[in-house]
Amino acid sequence: MTRDRLAAYLPTIAVAVAVLLAWELLVVAFDIQQFLLPKPSAIFAEFADQVGLWLAPDERSILFESSGATFWEAIGGFVIGCGGGALVALITSRWTVLSEATMPFAIAANSVPIIAFAPIMNNWFGITNPASKMAIVAIIVFFPTMINTVRGLTLVDARQLELMRSYAASPGEVLWKLRIPNALPYIFSALRVASALSLIGAVVAEFFGGPRATLGVYITQEASAFDFAKAWTAIMMASIIGIGFYLAVLLIERRLMPWHVSFRVE
Amino acid sequence: MNAIEARGIQKIFNPGTDEAVVALQDIDLQVAAGEFLSLVGPSGCGKSTLMRLIADLLQPSSGDLRVNGKAPAQARRDRDYGMVFQQATLYDWRSVSKNVQLPLEVMGYAKAERAKRAQAMLDMVELGDFVEHYPWQLSGGMQQRVSIARALVFEPSVLLMDEPFGALDEFTRERMNFELLRIWQATGTTVVFVTHSIAEAAFLSGRIVVMTPRPGRITQVVSNPLPYPRDFHTRSDPAFHALVAQLRDLLRDAVGPTLAQARET
Repeated sequence: MTRDRLAAYLPTIAVAVAVLLAWELLVVAFDIQQFLLPKPSAIFAEFADQVGLWLAPDERSILFESSGATFWEAIGGFVIGCGGGALVALITSRWTVLSEATMPFAIAANSVPIIAFAPIMNNWFGITNPASKMAIVAIIVFFPTMINTVRGLTLVDARQLELMRSYAASPGEVLWKLRIPNALPYIFSALRVASALSLIGAVVAEFFGGPRATLGVYITQEASAFDFAKAWTAIMMASIIGIGFYLAVLLIERRLMPWHVSFRVE
Repeated sequence: MNAIEARGIQKIFNPGTDEAVVALQDIDLQVAAGEFLSLVGPSGCGKSTLMRLIADLLQPSSGDLRVNGKAPAQARRDRDYGMVFQQATLYDWRSVSKNVQLPLEVMGYAKAERAKRAQAMLDMVELGDFVEHYPWQLSGGMQQRVSIARALVFEPSVLLMDEPFGALDEFTRERMNFELLRIWQATGTTVVFVTHSIAEAAFLSGRIVVMTPRPGRITQVVSNPLPYPRDFHTRSDPAFHALVAQLRDLLRDAVGPTLAQARET
């Protein structure tokens, strides 16, 4: 079983190793300056140093502190934004008039580059306050979650609704037993997108200013100090957190709806 | 008492507009309790519409309709009927047993009672070993059996079936016909069965209501001379073939000559 799985992942691992190797060789062969593109080996060496600092009892790793701070901003914004989006969807979908009135605005707002509001949020909540980054993340993830949840709650098979009607089911029962389970796949597809968006939102919002120990600030400062290996380790951490976040959402999805088409195993 | 009584039923879709369609006209029909009655006819004859009126999923434009002596809305609230659609319409996220328990949950049965009844019904449709399966793990015929179990689990006095076997292959369909008759005889439920298959109607029903389109109306109600129980030999009985021929003639006369026949005359 494990051997089979290892064999299945082998091509992926091979591609990763090949890309890193080619990157290393190209940098050496063409003598590329480290401020343009550092060697992977240099990035990994810097990362190992940071891990050492992080593990040492009386040392500090700014990289890991930054990662933690950015992670909490992303999670906080994700929970507030997705929770709020699902809640508003639940309320508006109860009345067709209300959801039809609000949906065009939600769809329009979903096309707005929310990140442009980052300086405004810095002004509202304070540039070093994590709440200013959480607010940006929350707004970014709010609209896709709301839109998908409304769709999932309202795009219900007519026959299934008639079935509930034939049982003389109350609106509450229709909501709990039919609309919400029907919406789950829609909600989770929004949450997967939101998990990636929340980290992007947090890091980019930090580019507009924030406390020293956050990934966005770390990247801008190390880049302006020409310490590009350090900047790249921060990008690496952001990627690891982003992928981890996505996988966590996927795992919850799999546990909550093992019946769904995408998880069926014969 | 009759299970269903319809007098002078008319149903017009989009009344008062350019798209007004008379779906049903002058429908008079009595269905006795415990009877197996089929509604047969081509598309657009209003057979499904009539069933949906009985189910209170639609309301008649005029006329008087009674289900168990009550208005359809009251009969629905009293859970007097169960429904089976052409598609099994199972909930993907529920196991077979939980699907069958759905109406019982809505009706507030206790948990132990729900499981017991679902198991008994699934045993009856010969799916007793599949309670923990999910709908996608079952074939089309098995799914439709689950949906029949779900419709009967709360012991409604009337079973409304809207082309329930229309999406199944011929072999599965024949087998389901046998099973349905067996279940009907075991439960004593009144069955109203919509189909566009003449042979299916002739095999299953005690009476067959022949309907024709534009506007949808009842052409004739034919009594089936074949005795119950019906079995494998029923389909080769000359009386069965005579009945099928009679129904076919009725439908052809009512629908009008085909293009080929029109050219000949």
